[in-house]
Amino acid sequence: MDLSSISPVLLLASLMVAATPILIAALGELVVERAGVLNLGIEGMMITGAICGFAVAVETGSPLLGFIAAAIGGALLSLLFVLLTQFALANQVASGLALTLFGLGLSALLGQKYVGVKPPPIAKLHIPVLSDIPFFGPVLFSHDIVVYLGLALVVAVWYMLKYTRAGLILRGVGENHDAAHALGYKVIRVRIMAITFGGACAGVGGAYISLIRVPQWTEGMTAGAGWIALALVVFASWKAGRVMLGAYLFGGVTVLQLNLQAAGVSIPVEYLSMSPYVITIIVLVIMSADKSRAPASLGRIFHATQ
Amino acid sequence: MTETLLTISGLTKAYPGVVANDNVSFEIGEGEVHALLGENGAGKSTLVKMIYGLVKPDSGSMTFQGKPFAPPEPRIARALGVAMVFQHFSLFDALNVAENISLGMEDPPSQRDLAARIREVSETYGLPLDPFRTVGDLSAGERQRVEIIRCLLQDPRLLIMDEPTSVLTPQEVEILFQTLRKLTAEGVAILYISHKLEEIRTLCDHATILRLGKNVGTCIPRETSARDMAEQMVGSAFEAPARPDRNLGAVALDVSGLSVTSPGTFGTSLRNIHFTVQQGEILGIGGVAGNGQDELLAALSGELTTDANAIKLHGSPVGSFGPTARRDLGLLTAPEERLGHAAAPDMSLTENAMLTAASREKLMNKGMLNWAKARIFANRIIEEFDVRTPGPENAARALSGGNLQKFVIGREVLQRPEVLVVNQPTWGVDAAAAASIRQALLDLAAGGAAIICISQDLDELMEISDRFCALNEGRLSDIRPALGLSVDEIGLMMGGAHGMEVSHADA
Repeated sequence: MDLSSISPVLLLASLMVAATPILIAALGELVVERAGVLNLGIEGMMITGAICGFAVAVETGSPLLGFIAAAIGGALLSLLFVLLTQFALANQVASGLALTLFGLGLSALLGQKYVGVKPPPIAKLHIPVLSDIPFFGPVLFSHDIVVYLGLALVVAVWYMLKYTRAGLILRGVGENHDAAHALGYKVIRVRIMAITFGGACAGVGGAYISLIRVPQWTEGMTAGAGWIALALVVFASWKAGRVMLGAYLFGGVTVLQLNLQAAGVSIPVEYLSMSPYVITIIVLVIMSADKSRAPASLGRIFHATQ
Repeated sequence: MTETLLTISGLTKAYPGVVANDNVSFEIGEGEVHALLGENGAGKSTLVKMIYGLVKPDSGSMTFQGKPFAPPEPRIARALGVAMVFQHFSLFDALNVAENISLGMEDPPSQRDLAARIREVSETYGLPLDPFRTVGDLSAGERQRVEIIRCLLQDPRLLIMDEPTSVLTPQEVEILFQTLRKLTAEGVAILYISHKLEEIRTLCDHATILRLGKNVGTCIPRETSARDMAEQMVGSAFEAPARPDRNLGAVALDVSGLSVTSPGTFGTSLRNIHFTVQQGEILGIGGVAGNGQDELLAALSGELTTDANAIKLHGSPVGSFGPTARRDLGLLTAPEERLGHAAAPDMSLTENAMLTAASREKLMNKGMLNWAKARIFANRIIEEFDVRTPGPENAARALSGGNLQKFVIGREVLQRPEVLVVNQPTWGVDAAAAASIRQALLDLAAGGAAIICISQDLDELMEISDRFCALNEGRLSDIRPALGLSVDEIGLMMGGAHGMEVSHADA
């Protein structure tokens, strides 16, 4: 066992990378759930985004186009969910589970010829002065642009929900869709936009795994990240800031346990592997003990009667 | 008061299987309070939804301020000056007052300016309200103020109010009426829907009466008796409940020191409640919704268990028993919420009959259900309580509110309860159905059962109860004989006007 082999700088730097996919996917789901829709299909949309992004990036050589394709792929899959739950009025839980299974299968099919291929690398930002600060430079200011996009998204979602008219309408729809309808708001339209946004976010999150974090394509490579994102939203009490905290905590413990495994700590590997899940959930459960509660219309089917 | 504001001519709207409005016409003048009367299902809600742009008429036309008026959506109606206060409050519990009001406006100012305007309007019209409180924490009267202020901020020409007083104390009703009179003095017209005919007589200038979607007459409420109006609505004369002579027997239910913590986030906990009910007696419990009624019903039914000695049935402690054990002993309950609490909406009437009557009516043998017997029991309820439905195999959801309510009450009454607890037995039920439900309760008491009637309808409580008390913030007032209680005394027992102190503390 050699703990000195763990470098705190590298550990913290890779924490941000490990957290980004779940952070982006969870922010998308946060918006969806605030609009009163429970989409359990994040895992399926993530993996679909992962392969769409990977394939387009490989074919065009541009990681940026890859991320755009991933967003479109995730959003298209979420439109299937829209069709099922908003128009056919199907049960959201069952439809979401079906979406996950469908996404896993679809991505395996699309990805057949991409196994073992290397994607084009994405440049890490080098910000003059900031990136050169010792310790903080490599930890905070030397990542790829998507990491910062994720952070910007946290602020954008928080601000949108709290301070804008659109955010207020979205919360209203999620809180009481009958009342929102009575006031003349287009409940279905608001929800379609939210679900599509959630799909695009999940797609980008998935592509981050296949293009940057891993980077390669393997079947089922999201490995439950979508479920973690889903749990994060609930335990973060539907608050953007807490989603970020949870995602970074999860990313941090994931990276730490990998390092500990590599350093040969005498704890069975199984315990180390489960630790990110256990610790994240415990912390968020403790935090969610305040009075905040789920959007009141969450998971309920809206049908404009008469 | 002379100019015509809104003309409705020949408005028709049909839904599959039912014509909700059939060629309805009337006019509302500026500054006029116009009442819309009718039983449940007479088409009042559909009519106002057409005026507010939520529903499109099949045929017919409207003019508003002399111009053709056919709002495709509420936004347009609001822009032209039509505002509506909904029967089931269209509020968002988790949002604060200012956010709620902002959602009902076309282009709202910033939250801070809006808060200032809310304070200004609330002071002008005597409706105190703090813009930054969470709506879920407000009393029913305060919630209604939110809706009214939301309407007033848009300078409406026509204000539609659907059952505005059903959740208010008499004092709050008085405040509301003062506000409405102030508005009509400014030329605002009000379209007022209510079941409370006495209120309509004090407030309204004209009334249009709907029956089965048709306009069957108009009247001037001040010059028409409440009974005449009710009979026009129903289309025939009906019997007012008669109170048979009753002999009070031994104490059937004894509640002492009952304290219950509410399980809900926005609920009210019960604090140290004492009362007794004798055989043959009806105890009326009034109070504004949300003051512990649901919790009291849950504690009495056994949904919430308490200290065993807090509730005694015929002298033996039952407080720690669950609902089934209490039912077996003869303590039956009919909760307020018809769909979802008193009845399972998507199950048939037979299944719903089975749900509460299985053991008392012996519809079950060693865990096996006897559906034939349950169907006979359901048919008996339908017959004896005049429930209008094609048959017991229909889903509870398919019945109108009044018919389902008759079924729910009938189901408990026919199980020969020793003590029956009902919550809001005639809420949202038309006059004729309400009269028959009240008669059934009176007859049951005459047969020696003890009845606790929790209700927000004071006229109903005065009509049937022997003694009256009120719930206020989870506490029970003194219990007094119902005969001879004045409206003022009742209002004070209910806690007066709620929330008056809030805005003063803030100002």
